[in-house]
Amino acid sequence: MSALRIGIDLGSTTTKAVVLDASGKIVATALERSEPRAGDQAQRMIAELVRKTGAEGAPVIATGYGRKLVPGASKVVTEITCHARGVFAQLGRAGLLIDMGGQDTKAILVDGTGRVADFAMNDKCAAGTGRFLEVILPRLQAPWDKLRGMYQSAPEAVQVSSTCTVFAESEVISLLANGQAVEGIVRGLHDALAERVVALAGRMLEMSKEVMLSGGVANNGAMVDALGARLGAPVTVVPEPSHVGAIGAALTPP
Amino acid sequence: MSLIRRLQYEAADRLAGPMLGRYGRLRALARRSRGKRRAGPPQLQSTRKLKELLTTHYLAGRYADGAVPVAWVTSGFPVEILRPFGFHVVYPENHAALCAVQRQGVQLAQVAEQWGVPRDTCAYARCDIGSTLAQMTPVGRIPRPDVLLACTNICQTVVYWYRTLASLLNVPLFVIDTPYQYGEPDAHAERFVARQIEEAIALCARISGVERDDGALGLVAREAKQASELWGECLAYAKRKPAPWSGFDQFIHIGPIVTLRGLPECTAYYRMLRDELSERARLGIAVVENEKHRLVWDNLPVWFELREMSQLLAREGFNIVVTTYTNGWAETAPMFDEHDPIGSAARVYSRVFINRGMGHRTALLRSLAKEWGCDGVLLHSNRSCKPYSVGQLDLASQLTRDGLRTLVLDGDHLDSRSYSKEQAEGRLSAFMESFA
Ligand code: SF4
Repeated sequence: MSALRIGIDLGSTTTKAVVLDASGKIVATALERSEPRAGDQAQRMIAELVRKTGAEGAPVIATGYGRKLVPGASKVVTEITCHARGVFAQLGRAGLLIDMGGQDTKAILVDGTGRVADFAMNDKCAAGTGRFLEVILPRLQAPWDKLRGMYQSAPEAVQVSSTCTVFAESEVISLLANGQAVEGIVRGLHDALAERVVALAGRMLEMSKEVMLSGGVANNGAMVDALGARLGAPVTVVPEPSHVGAIGAALTPP
Repeated sequence: MSLIRRLQYEAADRLAGPMLGRYGRLRALARRSRGKRRAGPPQLQSTRKLKELLTTHYLAGRYADGAVPVAWVTSGFPVEILRPFGFHVVYPENHAALCAVQRQGVQLAQVAEQWGVPRDTCAYARCDIGSTLAQMTPVGRIPRPDVLLACTNICQTVVYWYRTLASLLNVPLFVIDTPYQYGEPDAHAERFVARQIEEAIALCARISGVERDDGALGLVAREAKQASELWGECLAYAKRKPAPWSGFDQFIHIGPIVTLRGLPECTAYYRMLRDELSERARLGIAVVENEKHRLVWDNLPVWFELREMSQLLAREGFNIVVTTYTNGWAETAPMFDEHDPIGSAARVYSRVFINRGMGHRTALLRSLAKEWGCDGVLLHSNRSCKPYSVGQLDLASQLTRDGLRTLVLDGDHLDSRSYSKEQAEGRLSAFMESFA
């Protein structure tokens, strides 16, 4: 029996897996775009990690949208609980975690023991999620790693008033047609997203001293800046932001 | 009114019930001999009687028009006043819920949408208008009304909904307006409501050709009071730990108190249910094995997901033991007074909780949680029912401050297109995990 444990997070856009050792240290990670046959993909990713780390027989805990599809998972837990557990393991303190994933954004109030005190999620709509940026950024030909620079260099934000992803896309097209600068639109888009997130977190913001950011979108510096600007205080980016859920899963007692 | 029609109606009303009861018992026996058993505790015996009552009601309805006067009414209308005039009463809301349980609600709602009713309108209204337009119903046939009766104590939607029906069916509509009670009950407003009830009675007398009889009105008020009190007793059995029945059961067994209130069979039914629950409680039968956490439910149920949702919760030892919705029919009805049937009806129907301000709703949720020993509250944010869903975020904050765990769950009581099963189940699971 190995003392290693495996957590896998089958998200709507990407699937993440980690192997932790007995002390909770990360031994290996994996990340792929989610495939339609989620169960097969999970099995393959786990097998590869096992081969790499020698984690034969390690318990596998599954979370995320596809959590029920993982063959041989010893436990299935929702991503809310796993994110709280994962961020607490990484940062060791209470706070408000904003997880911006592909299809949903969650606000999770984590208490001083790593448990969920309260949570909220966007419903039935991709506005305010990674998907929102994925749809719109190609229109601007703005590469992901240049976003922060563009955000900071924009003299002012061009207001994007639609929060609906589909409407915002057409709004951006008409802004471009009207000769607005790409940088300004990038800034406007991120400010609009930050606004959505703040509305989602609502009253939980008052109950927490620190806002933490995880999920794929946390790798986007422009989003970190926009959220910090909106909140009037810097936002903590959680280490390994995409893997927080998988880490929390691995830390769940099997 | 034709004699043959009347005979058909009476036959359906009096003979069909017992026959159905016997048929139901035979089917249950056959099922048992084939070895089919449901998971969980045995079904409440009363359920068979419930089916019999409601089936008889809908069956008689097929022959009602032409035999007796027919009224279509909203769930919050003082139906008691109709009883002495011999009306057959149709509840479009109850019918829509039935369509939802049978998963035919959306199909009917779409008929109304194509006709021009916007999707933002309550799905009960859409389903009912669709059913009227297409003449389609899972119960065979709904009798044509002689009059439409609406009361604004549940929402303003009913006014526009019933106006649409009135023009479609070309029948008169009478609306009782119950001013919203922001704070303490308002005596002036209640006098205003009483005057409208008087007018409604005069209208019913005219339509039915039967004279007003105050003694009979008093008797019906007494019957309604008794049935509502029995319903309250039934609900109170869920205060036992573990509870002998759940909020999901209550949603099913609420049928007669809504549709047959004021009739002796309704009272008899709840006496039977009360006795069965008392027996269950005595024997310590729990509806959820290993009941660990008890929840309050706010708003109408997600009719088409009742079973799935109850199983999801029960698997983790969670039980909904009380709901603001089912409690609604026990909350004010004990105020019925047989010596003042009209004045008391004005009070009963003006003070329904959905016609009252946030202060009352917060206090109500707090006291239900306390009395039924709950540690969490599920607030169903019902896309269809705006008046019931507005304010739930504030309610949730208040209750969280009291130390209760809360979840605002997006859904719809009828329209499955406005409900994301995957998301809802994920939220519910996360909510339950947070109790660990
Ligand atoms: S809006 Fe709400 S109260 Fe009004 S009819 Fe629909 S469900 Fe009932």
